[in-house]
Amino acid sequence: MMALLLRDLRLSIRAGGGAMIGVLFFMAVVAVIPFGVGPDLNLLSRIGPPILWIGALLASLLGLDRLFQADREDGSLDLMLMQETPLVLTVFVKCLAHWLSHSLPLVIASPLLALFMNMDALSVGATALTLLVGTPAITFIGAAGAAVAVSLPRGGLLVSILVLPLTIPVLIFGAGAAYAATQDPSPFLPPFLYLIALTLIFAVIGPLAAALALRASSD
Amino acid sequence: MRFEAQALSARRGEDLLFRDISFTLQDGEALVVTGPNGSGKSTLLRVLAGLLPQEEGTVRFADGAEDRPAREACHYLGHRNAMKRELTVEENLSFWAAFMTKEGAAPGMHIDEAAESVGLSGLTHLPFGYLSAGQQRRMAFAKLLVAKRPVWILDEPTAALDVKADAMFAGLCQTHLAEGGMLIAATHQPLGIDNVKALVMKGFEYGE
Repeated sequence: MMALLLRDLRLSIRAGGGAMIGVLFFMAVVAVIPFGVGPDLNLLSRIGPPILWIGALLASLLGLDRLFQADREDGSLDLMLMQETPLVLTVFVKCLAHWLSHSLPLVIASPLLALFMNMDALSVGATALTLLVGTPAITFIGAAGAAVAVSLPRGGLLVSILVLPLTIPVLIFGAGAAYAATQDPSPFLPPFLYLIALTLIFAVIGPLAAALALRASSD
Repeated sequence: MRFEAQALSARRGEDLLFRDISFTLQDGEALVVTGPNGSGKSTLLRVLAGLLPQEEGTVRFADGAEDRPAREACHYLGHRNAMKRELTVEENLSFWAAFMTKEGAAPGMHIDEAAESVGLSGLTHLPFGYLSAGQQRRMAFAKLLVAKRPVWILDEPTAALDVKADAMFAGLCQTHLAEGGMLIAATHQPLGIDNVKALVMKGFEYGE
């Protein structure tokens, strides 16, 4: 399994891997917001956490369609389906590799982009923390969508559309917790714990659903 | 070891592509599947490898008294090579060796040794995408050597190979059979192996 993780990480940074595409998209989205909103610093710092969350959500949906498709095109997926290793585990490890290469850079880039939004230190920390905890959920849900659309040649947008409704709870609790960290009366912990719960639930359901879909779609 | 298919039938679209295909392979036996294009050779192999559901019938692999799912005992080499163009040959092969060898099982050939047997030693440091089509195919054979599996399922294995590589490939198959392995191949050209069972696919032609 370690071999699979290393291979997918290597692939993501080689030519055409697309690990940086998500980060660039994330930067592009967040960097234009201040220009659109105007120089209202209070407003910017208030909408900062939700904007970072929306940007990260869209950016992490971007590369998801290639999660299984690349392996299907060159026949690797066939071999993965035939192994003694449970397919669920294989999918889980692929998700993990995808998260490390595509979503973790978003988390790391978020404090830098927070500067654009005039966010204070506490808010920056809270947003980065919620992104760190919440983005795996998006990857795991996305795996199920990617598996359903694996045999479609241009499934990219379809995957995003399929997955987007399921990611809404993650967005609500993620942005909610990040926002609550700076607004005094609203508590940080309850939405944050819900976010953790969502990630754990999807870590189980996502790979399971993806494995079922992959088995059914092989032809 | 026994590889057994019983009364297999598979559907493509609405019609049965083939039906009632049964055969048994013992240690060291090979089965060559022939037939015109579209007669169901690839479909049969994918059913045997567990990649397509069969309509009826069973595929079994028995190792001693113990039954294992057939797909776990098989190497499948389809039309596509299952190697990543962006990774070097060595990275590709070592990944498959690690991924396909389960813990505690006997390891396959070393990567350099495997590359040597397919006649391409010294190329393992190159990205797979740099190789020519024939060389890529040969490296895909090397993948069969780096992890040990008793049954090889090969779909048109000799496409894109030159005459010399054909002979090399026949040698590899012979060695595999001599070690007690089994082999199922779909092909148009003779494989150059003695003593094979033959199965001729007709496709959609069967007595009702």
